[in-house]
Amino acid sequence: MIELQNVCRTFIVGDQKVEALRDINLSFGAGEYISIMGPSGSGKSTMLNMLGLLDRPNLGTYLLDSGNVTDLNDEQLARVRREKIGFVFQSFHLVPRLTAAQNVELPMILAGIPVEERRARVQVLMQNYGLSDRADHRPDQLSGGQRQRVAIARATVMNPTVLLADEPTGNLDQATGWEVLKLLEGLLAQGITLVLVTHDAEIGARAHRQIHMLDGRILSDERQTP
Amino acid sequence: MRLTDTLQFASGSLRGSPTRTVLMMLAMSIGVAAVVVLTALGEGARRYVIEQFASLGTNLVIVLPGRTETAGVGPGLMSGQTPRDITLDDALALRRSSVIKRFAPLTVGSATLSRGALNREVVVLGSTSDLLDVRHMEMALGRFLPPGDIHDASSVCVLGNQMKRELFGNENAVGQWVRLGDRRFRVIGVLASQGESMGMRTDELVIIPVAASHQLFNTSGLFRILIEAKHRDVIEKVTKEAEAILVERHSGERDVTVITQDAILQTFDRILGALTMAVGGIAAISLAVAGVLIMNVMLIAVAQRVKEIGLLKALGAPGRQIRHLFFAEAALLSGIGSLAGLLLGYGGSFIIGQIYPSLPVAPPWWAVVAACATALGTGILFSVWPARRAARLDPVAALAGR
Repeated sequence: MIELQNVCRTFIVGDQKVEALRDINLSFGAGEYISIMGPSGSGKSTMLNMLGLLDRPNLGTYLLDSGNVTDLNDEQLARVRREKIGFVFQSFHLVPRLTAAQNVELPMILAGIPVEERRARVQVLMQNYGLSDRADHRPDQLSGGQRQRVAIARATVMNPTVLLADEPTGNLDQATGWEVLKLLEGLLAQGITLVLVTHDAEIGARAHRQIHMLDGRILSDERQTP
Repeated sequence: MRLTDTLQFASGSLRGSPTRTVLMMLAMSIGVAAVVVLTALGEGARRYVIEQFASLGTNLVIVLPGRTETAGVGPGLMSGQTPRDITLDDALALRRSSVIKRFAPLTVGSATLSRGALNREVVVLGSTSDLLDVRHMEMALGRFLPPGDIHDASSVCVLGNQMKRELFGNENAVGQWVRLGDRRFRVIGVLASQGESMGMRTDELVIIPVAASHQLFNTSGLFRILIEAKHRDVIEKVTKEAEAILVERHSGERDVTVITQDAILQTFDRILGALTMAVGGIAAISLAVAGVLIMNVMLIAVAQRVKEIGLLKALGAPGRQIRHLFFAEAALLSGIGSLAGLLLGYGGSFIIGQIYPSLPVAPPWWAVVAACATALGTGILFSVWPARRAARLDPVAALAGR
């Protein structure tokens, strides 16, 4: 499903070489629930960007749905991101001038999906996430939890195979955080692969598979039966 | 991404920062309006001159004494002679040509016109009855010079409208006597008020028979002969024949110049056309300036929207799409800007037309097309760099707002 083979990523910061990922080998199956944990600077964000095709490895191979996506061009990468990958960010990243519904619609606009179908899918999602009465609100008129729910709706509107969540509860209070987390975990039933990056051990512990990282290496990779 | 969606998204981002958008459109529209108004003025001036020439008469060929060379010194000067006068008999000889419809000899002098204690310095034209038709003049009262023998020096005169008012006020002038220099003339008609036409105010003229003017000023030469060709196509022939007739009468010496009204008109047309282009070009520079402004503001927009661009990339927009979004923004800006500019420009031209009703102010179509094309062109051209910059942003850094 997802396979990283000998992936390395180095950055040059000033005149220093920073090895963010060192020789990573990983594979995820469909419907897996994975948490990536580690202190800041351990490479977990780079890992997430790599998985989301926002960043490219210096060395190694990335296979997604058994296709090699390491050497795709910008146009092809964008297409894979559009169709197979969903992002949920810590700071939501909603477009402030668009309404909640329009934010959810955005990936479908980029994909060139006809208006009627877009409307229908947005409506269904907004209803599923309990946002129907907030559809015409702009992000600054929404609470944190509502914003993250809009972001999740946007991330799932294209029915991706992988959902990458970078500290999705980081900007939320605990109660709302749990709610959002439950929402994300609910997606597993649809066969989505959920990758959660967090530094909160309590949240990370909920995942079926927990990966700890340090200095660009995988420290431990534990599975627990739910 | 669909075109309508691209435009919708772009217009959404424009509405997102209304002040910036309005200022940019203002710059664009002022540029377009400047081109429209300035070329409208230039074109107005051109048409004005053409109309003025048309009011002078149609299909005119003008004969003047002396040889005007385009370069160097004329033969008359080299041999120490002054050019021979064109006489009334020379003019009469023009009747031989079959392509000349009518002609009017012309003398010009200045004399004191007086009636009782009132007197005034006036320009005196000596001519014949045909002048009325050749020069497209109109009578307000009475008759013009009587037709008949060109050598007949009868003491009659026709007054310009203003002369009549100054000397007679509201009294009837026709049939009254006035004094012109040392001779008495009977007023037989008054010209209709025509205003100025090519530097000669017909309102301030006095017209007398050409023979009378020769006696009055003690001369025998003519200032000009105005010839009207039978129609437009024979103007060239008239020019040749008139010259041949006069040269023959002057013992083979080419001491007259024959020019056509068309030649003068074309010269003016060229000069004013070039002037319009130049003024339009200068105005177009302001469009280029507006283009640079668009680039500047677009660059700021890219910087302000780094996170949004990063997000679009994460959501699956390739660089090409992001470029298109910025192009669409620039195109919308300059498109709406030039529409507003057209409105502004046509409005301005209309107002100028109201203030100077005699000036036929109308922007030429080529200037309007060129202004809009330049506006759109510069807008899109100058957005290329910002759009490429946006498209090349690294999504990871952009999402982090770096």
